[in-house]
Amino acid sequence: MSGHDAATATTTVSVSAGASASAAPEAGEQEVPRGIGASVPAADTRAKSEGTFPYAADLWAEGLLWAAVLRSPHAHARILSIDTSAAAAMPGVRAVVTHADVPGATTHGRRVADRPVFAHDVVRHHGEPIAAVAADHPDTARLAAAAIAVEYELLDAVTDPEQSFGAAPLHPDGNLIRHIPLRYGDPEATGEVVVEGLYRIGRQDPAPIGAEAGLAVPRPDGGVEIYTASTDPHLDRDLAAACFGLEPDRVRVVVTGVPGATADREDAAFQLPLGLLALRTGYPVKLAATREESFLGHTHRHPTLLRYRHHADAEGRLVKVEAQILMDAGAYADSSSESLAAAVAFACGPYVVPHAFVEGWAVRTNNPPSGHVRGEGAMQVCAAYEGQMDKLAAALGIDGAELRLRNVLATGDLLPTGQTVTCPAPVAELLRAVRDFELPSLPKDTPEDEWLLPGGPEGAGEPGAVRRGVGYGVGMVHMLGAEGTDEVSTATVKVVDGSATVICAAVDTGQGFATLARQIVQETLGVEEVVTAPVDTDQPPAGPAAHGRHTWVSGGAVERAAKMVRTQLLQPMAHKLGMSTELLQIQDGRITSYDGAFSTTVAEAMAGKELWATAQCRPHPTEPLDGDGQGDAFVGLAFCAIRAVVDVDIELGSVRVVELAVAQDVGRILNPRQLEARIEAGVTQGVGAALTENLRSVSGLVRHPDLTGYALPTSLDAPVVRIVKLVEERDVVAPFGAKAASAIPVVTTPAAVASAVRAATGRPVNRLPIRPSAAVAAPNS
Amino acid sequence: MTLPASLDEAVAALAAMPATVPVAGGTDLMASVNAGLLRPAALVGLGRINEIRGWQYQDGHALLGAGLTHARMGRPDFAALIPALAAAARAAGPPQIRNAGTLGGNIATAAPTGDALPVLAALEAVLVIHGPGGSRREIPVSYLLAGREMLRPGELIGFVRVPLLHAPQVFLKATGRTGPGRAVASVGLVLDPARRGVRCAIGAVAPMPLRPLEAEQWVASLIDWDGERTLAPEALEAFGEYVAAACVPDQGEPVAPGVLHLRRTVAVLARRALGRALTS
Repeated sequence: MSGHDAATATTTVSVSAGASASAAPEAGEQEVPRGIGASVPAADTRAKSEGTFPYAADLWAEGLLWAAVLRSPHAHARILSIDTSAAAAMPGVRAVVTHADVPGATTHGRRVADRPVFAHDVVRHHGEPIAAVAADHPDTARLAAAAIAVEYELLDAVTDPEQSFGAAPLHPDGNLIRHIPLRYGDPEATGEVVVEGLYRIGRQDPAPIGAEAGLAVPRPDGGVEIYTASTDPHLDRDLAAACFGLEPDRVRVVVTGVPGATADREDAAFQLPLGLLALRTGYPVKLAATREESFLGHTHRHPTLLRYRHHADAEGRLVKVEAQILMDAGAYADSSSESLAAAVAFACGPYVVPHAFVEGWAVRTNNPPSGHVRGEGAMQVCAAYEGQMDKLAAALGIDGAELRLRNVLATGDLLPTGQTVTCPAPVAELLRAVRDFELPSLPKDTPEDEWLLPGGPEGAGEPGAVRRGVGYGVGMVHMLGAEGTDEVSTATVKVVDGSATVICAAVDTGQGFATLARQIVQETLGVEEVVTAPVDTDQPPAGPAAHGRHTWVSGGAVERAAKMVRTQLLQPMAHKLGMSTELLQIQDGRITSYDGAFSTTVAEAMAGKELWATAQCRPHPTEPLDGDGQGDAFVGLAFCAIRAVVDVDIELGSVRVVELAVAQDVGRILNPRQLEARIEAGVTQGVGAALTENLRSVSGLVRHPDLTGYALPTSLDAPVVRIVKLVEERDVVAPFGAKAASAIPVVTTPAAVASAVRAATGRPVNRLPIRPSAAVAAPNS
Repeated sequence: MTLPASLDEAVAALAAMPATVPVAGGTDLMASVNAGLLRPAALVGLGRINEIRGWQYQDGHALLGAGLTHARMGRPDFAALIPALAAAARAAGPPQIRNAGTLGGNIATAAPTGDALPVLAALEAVLVIHGPGGSRREIPVSYLLAGREMLRPGELIGFVRVPLLHAPQVFLKATGRTGPGRAVASVGLVLDPARRGVRCAIGAVAPMPLRPLEAEQWVASLIDWDGERTLAPEALEAFGEYVAAACVPDQGEPVAPGVLHLRRTVAVLARRALGRALTS
């Protein structure tokens, strides 16, 4: 144990890689951490780091065919004819499918079925699927797809969302996907100080390192099984079944090898061609997207245009916020309605605002499609309202952190949607924690060879041109689906001879659900060995992996099921002892009565027994926003404050994020190591959105759909992340009191980085990602 | 795929089958193959040709093998010889790319953003081209990059001859990020005290590196080559502006913001490069 103590002594601030390496040699002798609150390692860590983890792209079936999809090279065009004869005649081609071969519903969608399986009359975005081919070699499939002759009549592409209102309808459903006018308080209210700003947020791509891949296998009963890294298997199954013209029970989606997800993965648009080809040919069909297809095929974060006017009194207290938010949904609705609701509801941020008037629109364009990406809606507005807070601070001559502290939200305050904040909202505590944390040393105080200037090692950075800036971002995000979404999840816990299995269709996308499920069962039942069963749609639905819902509802369902098993286990003992099961406790692998008179091991009690229990968890209901944007639309909220320290080479405009100090409202820490990893990952994704990540399109055509053109943060771009404070105030309505942890750092980081660049350069910085030309400043400013 | 052990064998293999494509590090070529843009009928791998994986000295010049990897060029012994080329090699991408990508490949691909190219242009490097039947010819690197000379069928870049100047050299690039990235603009700048010259080339702003010859001559005339070799900050500033005006031309009024930023970036890089060369 002394070795363990020595290891922890070096890790008082945060668990760094170095410290964990030093602890590793003793790991064999140490007890493996288990239960809630322990840093239980993920079960697949080893396989993933050693390269043996089977990802969906590794799937194989005897005699499989390869699929390729023909995608639109145009952003907007009428399809005059599609001729597949040349492709079908190619040797090795087994099937070619187009819209005419879709047996069931020809359109699909997450909320609204407005997206064609294959475009037939018009194509509405670059990369829209038109046809698919199955062949016995991947190259044959690609060549055949390229041999499909499509005659187009080019149409004007609507690529400016502001033009969408007046443009001819791009879709039978019209160009306006949703409009939310939020009216709260007195429209005539005015403040002594008024600041205005216009903000533009770019198109971040989820850019999963593992590109989309899957395998469809026809079943003897006329159905099909789709093996893929879905994040919402049941919805995908339902959409696929509808399009295949099959009963849902004839389609089985099996979740395999998810290579991490920060957005919807392998959605129906990807699975439908695969399933259709398998049904058509009677053979297994595999599709592995290229990087380019991946960028063209999946949905992106909504590019957003925001116009703000903030009114405040002379002390800097907010009086009124007026905002217009325009989100570019791309050609199809997808989850735009939810993203817009989050953007409008959180348009003022975690601040008390007596009067708020916000108009939000999500409109159709011919740009690349938008959809769910972690922190959707909330991230775009955070960059804007925090920009406004900086402007207000500058106008009033008040320190940025101080101005924010004068306005922060707390439990019991009202959101501009009229919803009372009932959960813990320790915003002031978070902000003070990051403000008061020690600042990192300046480059001049460290040895010269340790300097890492903007532009990187071997870069062009010059110390004399580098200015340091410190800025703040405070953000909020909702947890679980909003506006009346039914967020139910079902889980089964099975214990056979002392080893437990969790069966729950919640997909572990890297957020750590599988690990959490093991911890819950270990904690509740005192068993060591817990495995989580692979996910498929034969299991009851658990819903999408988004908005931290699996920690909440699926974790809640697992806990209930585990408690039911506990009761089954303890009932006979309690009966024999003449006491209730509550008087028996399970700890450290032993079952002990309250008075200590009775004691046995869990292993002994479970020997030869098979115990099953299934339970559901459903959070309290929410309601849709009404015609004035009012309503209790959200189950829970999470908050975060970040202080960014940046160095800017003001002549070249290159920015390096030196350090991000994070204080986060986490409710309860269920797994410290995983929580830190989630925060670091979220912050890094936020740094990407702040500085480099923007999927560019010109006239609706995607430019550079590759990882050289789309610059993800590398280890040199990722800053030092200091987790300054994790506020553990349990959210009483959440099963463990824990809050979603992954999305909120993504939401807040870009705002904090922009604020710091403003401080360093004196430039307005109203556009994300921050381009070097926006961070160039005169030396004396 | 054939793996010849000498340049002559490689040239013979290329000549034997006209559709054959030579591959060295493959960092550009294989990306095209993987993307389905290129389907070479056959490949000649250049990785086993030891004679082009190092360098030799030849009357005041270094004869660099085309198979030198960026990783090798980045090491201190090479940096002592040709510092700017070493700096460009170290900046040429993540370690995986630098371990595989070669000097000859960088020239043959001739991407506008190729990091070695502005340095080679500033050094006025000469390519030694090996052709069928033991033929040799030499062409300046800028001729190949500008398309004035082309590689003929069956020809390979064998060596790159660069002068050893024994004076400060600088390579700088702006990428817009901290991690490795494609250059927005880059500069290779070398001092040549023997010829009392400053030579400079700007990369990434045009299809090939650009030499601002007038700016070079002007600034070289200001330098006291026998004395301190220093310049006033105003002169450095003016040099930067001169280079930028030469390399990023006006495209009519009003000047687009992108052009303005690029010009400013080039001016800063050129100024810093010269400043560092004169103070080191």
